[in-house]
Amino acid sequence: MQTVKMVVTGPFSAGKTEFIRSVSEIDVVSTERKITGDSERTVKQATTVAMDFGRITVDEDLVLYLFGTPGQKRFDFMWEILSEGMLGFIVMVDSTRPETFREARSILETFRAYAPTPYVVAANKQDASEAWELEDMRHALRLDSKVKLLPCVATDKNTVKNVLLELLYSILAEMETSEK
Amino acid sequence: MALRGNLRDFTVTQLLNLINLANKTGTLLVEGPNEVARIAFRDGKLAYAQLGQEDNRLAAILHRANRLTTGQLRVIQMRASSLSDKELGLSLINANYLTQEDVLNALHAYFTDIIRRLFAWVEGTFHFENEMLPPEDRITVRLDLENLIIEGARQLREFEQLQDEIPSLDMALRFTERPGANLQKMNLSVEEWRVVSYISPRNTIQQIAAACKMNDMEIRRIIYGLLQAGLVEVVRIENVPAAVEKARAAAMPAQNKEEQKSLVNRLISRIRSI
Ligand SMILES: Nc1nc2c(ncn2[C@@H]2O[C@H](COP(=O)(O)OP(=O)(O)OP(=O)(O)O)[C@@H](O)[C@H]2O)c(=O)[nH]1
Ligand SMILES: [Mg+2]
Repeated sequence: MQTVKMVVTGPFSAGKTEFIRSVSEIDVVSTERKITGDSERTVKQATTVAMDFGRITVDEDLVLYLFGTPGQKRFDFMWEILSEGMLGFIVMVDSTRPETFREARSILETFRAYAPTPYVVAANKQDASEAWELEDMRHALRLDSKVKLLPCVATDKNTVKNVLLELLYSILAEMETSEK
Repeated sequence: MALRGNLRDFTVTQLLNLINLANKTGTLLVEGPNEVARIAFRDGKLAYAQLGQEDNRLAAILHRANRLTTGQLRVIQMRASSLSDKELGLSLINANYLTQEDVLNALHAYFTDIIRRLFAWVEGTFHFENEMLPPEDRITVRLDLENLIIEGARQLREFEQLQDEIPSLDMALRFTERPGANLQKMNLSVEEWRVVSYISPRNTIQQIAAACKMNDMEIRRIIYGLLQAGLVEVVRIENVPAAVEKARAAAMPAQNKEEQKSLVNRLISRIRSI
């Protein structure tokens, strides 16, 4: 049995757990906890503590694992551990919360420094009326035009599939360029 | 749709950067604790600015720039108050009292001064009204934002924030290919030029700092300014092929190139079928 893994990262409450839940064939093994801090509780009820874990079986001898990182900064020691041996990574950003963009950018740069693997950025919660436009997010996140920034609604399986596919296309494209 | 937020999360410099890069047209409204600033842009260039109730009619601006005496200002305010700014400007130019350049310089100075004052605001909210521009009868300018952005970025002093902006010094930098991002036009300091001369996808930020004898904080501050002005971008260090292969080998059970590709293709068909 062969396994490969991808990492889903991003700030607190960006939608990482939801994203993995949308496509995983097992119930996401989530290490969620009730939130105790007041400021964070106003955003949501539960947060991922160590990691999320989802699975997609490809065929008899290939399985894809999706790892979601904990969003809260005090668990960032997990990032480097989870990034080990990843095929690529996805940075989830909550399009409705510009206050998290700076952190998203910092997470992106940190993961980029861990490993030179392909990545894409998912502009999540594009279904919400306060969502920022993709073009504005691209500049605020300082993504150059070659970086894929994809619209996403984590609860909508089709957009999640699209994000995963775009990452896989980038992985394939990178293999082809490095061949030359 | 919504370009709105809080100054705690986006500095005025970062907003100018965004407007510049996206070539936006419209008005940025910044609501501070005491007053509201309205800054208008056309195609990502500064066009017009107004701060609170401050008199920003042309006559008042020319007076501030010492182009009109207090007596002249009073005459204009009493006798020519029905003239629009454009009409007043034309009359002064036609009378050979001022040149068009004098008028534009006074406006540039006043509008950039408002932006400089805005840099000091840390509390407040902002939103951007697309396509909203000042009334037709006002004189607008076209001023590049890069120099103002660099100036604003120089004022960022918080180490934590700089650390967030540039978390890893093991990355490299390269010049952006953005048209209009022109180094020649920039008012860079000696230290900034020194850093610029080492920028290459082969040098890590750490190496540039060592070459320029700068500490982490100093190099981060300078690079932050260059990043904000859209002159450079952070890239992974070159020599990538080896590092990329290594990372891929760590991620893939199959070691042979063709097997690796077939594995990715199997993943693709599986995801498509979900
Ligand atoms: N409207 C909308 N809500 C979403 C979307 N994705 C996630 N949410 C909601 O946003 C909140 C956060 O989602 P999570 O999946 O828990 O986020 P997370 O990134 O795992 O959060 P942490 O583990 O705490 O860092 C939840 O209330 C979700 O229901 C989306 O695409 N649209
Ligand atoms: Mg979670």
